[in-house]
Amino acid sequence: MPSIAFTRNLRRHVDCPNADVEGTTVAECLAAYFAAHPRVRSYVLDEQGSVRKHVVVFVGAEQLRDPARQTDPVEPTTEITVMQALSGG
Amino acid sequence: MSLLVGTRKGLFTLERGVAGWAIERVDFLGEPVTAGVVGHDGAVYAALGTGHFGSHIWRHEGDTWTEIGAPAFPERPADATDVSPMTQQPWPWTVQLLWTLENGHPDRPDELWCGTIPGGLFHSTDRGDTWSLVRSLWDMPERTQWSGGGYDFPGIHTVSVDPRNANNALIAISCGGAWITDDGGASWAPTHGMRNEYMPPGEEYNPVAQDPHRVARCAGEPDVVWNQHHNGVFRSVDGGRNWTEIHERPPAVFGFAVAAHPTNPDIAWFAPAVKDEMRVPVGGALVVSRTTDGGQSFEVLGDGLPQEHSYDLIYRHAFDVDGTGDVLAMGSTTGSLWVSEDAGDHWETVSNHLPPIHFARFT
Repeated sequence: MPSIAFTRNLRRHVDCPNADVEGTTVAECLAAYFAAHPRVRSYVLDEQGSVRKHVVVFVGAEQLRDPARQTDPVEPTTEITVMQALSGG
Repeated sequence: MSLLVGTRKGLFTLERGVAGWAIERVDFLGEPVTAGVVGHDGAVYAALGTGHFGSHIWRHEGDTWTEIGAPAFPERPADATDVSPMTQQPWPWTVQLLWTLENGHPDRPDELWCGTIPGGLFHSTDRGDTWSLVRSLWDMPERTQWSGGGYDFPGIHTVSVDPRNANNALIAISCGGAWITDDGGASWAPTHGMRNEYMPPGEEYNPVAQDPHRVARCAGEPDVVWNQHHNGVFRSVDGGRNWTEIHERPPAVFGFAVAAHPTNPDIAWFAPAVKDEMRVPVGGALVVSRTTDGGQSFEVLGDGLPQEHSYDLIYRHAFDVDGTGDVLAMGSTTGSLWVSEDAGDHWETVSNHLPPIHFARFT
């Protein structure tokens, strides 16, 4: 089953434990995660469903290719990592 | 009475002790706190712009902060055609900044309003647990003519409910003029009399093209409203429907902030700055301009404020007066905070070392 892990920086704001989730795309995996942790959704996605501009998602070692709809496929062993892009001061 | 100070790096709560005003608590250290209000219910509401992770609102009751709902735009229709008139870029239907939080009428203690960049007005009737976009305003054709002023997209920075009428509210937009509803937000009318001298000939008085930087109402005489506009100072005596320009306001007519006396409609305070391209105190001397005669004349007050090499800019929401009209607070973009307890005659420095100050607000 794919897994999702979050940057520790997000845990300052919202409880987001790492978890195994069902899904064949990143979007399905995120939806499964948000169903169990609904508060996390608005921290990762904007209200149009896109990954936030300053959030980075890795699918295994690759950066997400479709941040707008997250259609990137995942394998049962894929680790999805949600990180923050470097910005600000 | 407390003083809430929202900054680029946290929310500071100050109390008046024997020795003066002092910081009593720090919340959300490291996070931009972009707007805040004490509700009619006594709870503190704080809007956070977390930078990476979007905008969120927290409510403080007892000794606990709880995240509540936050404004969110509906899905952008595939056939939406709204574009910025300046850049021709599509309007984002995503919250970029929670710019102002305001209470509804005291008779409706569960009601809150939030203005955002891009220019959305959001309404809550359940103490912020849920929010809805005011579609009557968002769907107005004129909305797409609003333009950004300092930001890429326009924003609603002022929401002022008439204390006599819960269904009447005045809002102000940089840059989109000021608008009034008399039916609780079902419909909106533009306001008239503001002037933008930088517009092309014939367009100077276009009500949709105005940049009111901040609008403040006299609570005790709600028909009197003050307006620190990009182009100068305006005053209304009919609840904001019509504006009259005040041409002279030493040392400069430019500025962002205005505070209206809570009961005396002839008294208001401003924080002037060199216009447009400069945006620093005139001659490096930070001063407050006070009128006590309805804007016919102004006193320039600088006692206790830095009078040389001051580059403090007082932004829209960082200037407030308490319910007596005697106590003023003023915070700057360079992290200085001053309080006056004699209506501006003298000022005390509270701190010169805060993060950039977004808002200062008495509770």
